[in-house]
Amino acid sequence: MKISVVKNILEANDRIAQQNRSLFDQHDLTVMNLMSSPGAGKTSLLERTIKALKDELSLGVIEGDIQSSQDAERIARLNVPVVQINTGGACHLDGNMIRDTFEEFNLAALDLLVVENVGNLVCPAEFKVGEDFKAMILSVTEGDDKPAKYPLMFHESSVLLINKIDLLPYVDCTVERIREEALKINPHMTIFEISCKTGEGLESWYEWLSREVRNRKKA
Amino acid sequence: MHEMSIAQSLVDILHEEMENHNATTLKSVTLNVGKLSAIVPEALSFCFEIIVSGTNMEGAKLLMDIIPLKGVCRDCERPFEIEDYAFSCPHCDSPNIKTIAGQDLSIVEMEVD
Repeated sequence: MKISVVKNILEANDRIAQQNRSLFDQHDLTVMNLMSSPGAGKTSLLERTIKALKDELSLGVIEGDIQSSQDAERIARLNVPVVQINTGGACHLDGNMIRDTFEEFNLAALDLLVVENVGNLVCPAEFKVGEDFKAMILSVTEGDDKPAKYPLMFHESSVLLINKIDLLPYVDCTVERIREEALKINPHMTIFEISCKTGEGLESWYEWLSREVRNRKKA
Repeated sequence: MHEMSIAQSLVDILHEEMENHNATTLKSVTLNVGKLSAIVPEALSFCFEIIVSGTNMEGAKLLMDIIPLKGVCRDCERPFEIEDYAFSCPHCDSPNIKTIAGQDLSIVEMEVD
C-alpha cells in the first residue's frame, strides 16, 4: 500500500524552534545564531562585542561545543550570563538543546541572546533554534572559495563578518572575491570586514548590532 | 555529519505514520531532497540503515529525488532555474527573487504492508 505523506523531515525541530521564538518575542529579546568553521573567531568576536556593548545592552550567551567549557569560561570572565552546551558529538545545536537552557537565564532581563553554535560550516545551517537572524564568520585564512563550497550557510545567514583581515598580506585570499561569491548566493547579505585581533572594522559592527536590537524592541 | 539527526527525525515520522495506518512493515520511502539542503544522500542512507536495523522498517528502500533549485523574479515575474547557486534573476539581474523549490527536505511517499 502506498501512502502519500508530504511532511518536512525537520518539522519536529522547526516546531520547537517556533516555540522558542514565541517565548523570545514575549520577552522582547533579540536572538542571534552565530556560526562559522572552528577557529574562525566566534568567541573572540563575542568577547569584543560584549566589552563594547555591555553598558548599553543586557547580553546573554549560549555556548555550543562538542566538548569542553573553555568558551563559556572566557565569556563568564566578562560577567555576562552564559550557559555551555556540550553536544557530546553532535555537530550542531537544535531547538531542543536551546530550550533546555532557558531555566538558567532570566530571559526578561536580557536584550540580546547570542547562540554560539558548534564550529562547522555545514550542519548548523540546517537547524533553526528560534533565532531572529543568523550571522556567520568567515576568516580570510579559510580561503575565498568557501561561499561556493558551503552555499547553504551563506544563503541562510543575514550577516557575514569577514574576520582576520589583518592577515590578508599573508594569504592568497581577497575580500573582493569573498564578497562577490557571497553576494551571488545571498544578494541581501550585510557584510563587515573586521579583525578581532586589531579591532579594525568592529565599530560599524557594534553600531549595526545595537541598532538591530533597538529596532526589534520598537517593532 | 548531521545526517544521523535527520535520519532519526525521519524514522520518528515514519513510525508515527505507520501506526496511523496500522502498517506492519515498511517497504520503501521516497524523499524530496532540495539541492540547497546540505545532505549527503549516501550518509543519510547509511544512518537510516543503522537506525532501522532490527525494527519493522529494516530492509526498507530509501529513495531520494534531488529537487533542483527554482526561483521566480519578484520584479519581472519570470520563473527560472537557479544554477550554480546564483540567487538573482538571470533575465533582469534583480536580486529580488523568491525561491520556490529546492530548499526542502521532506517525505513524499511511503510504501507499507
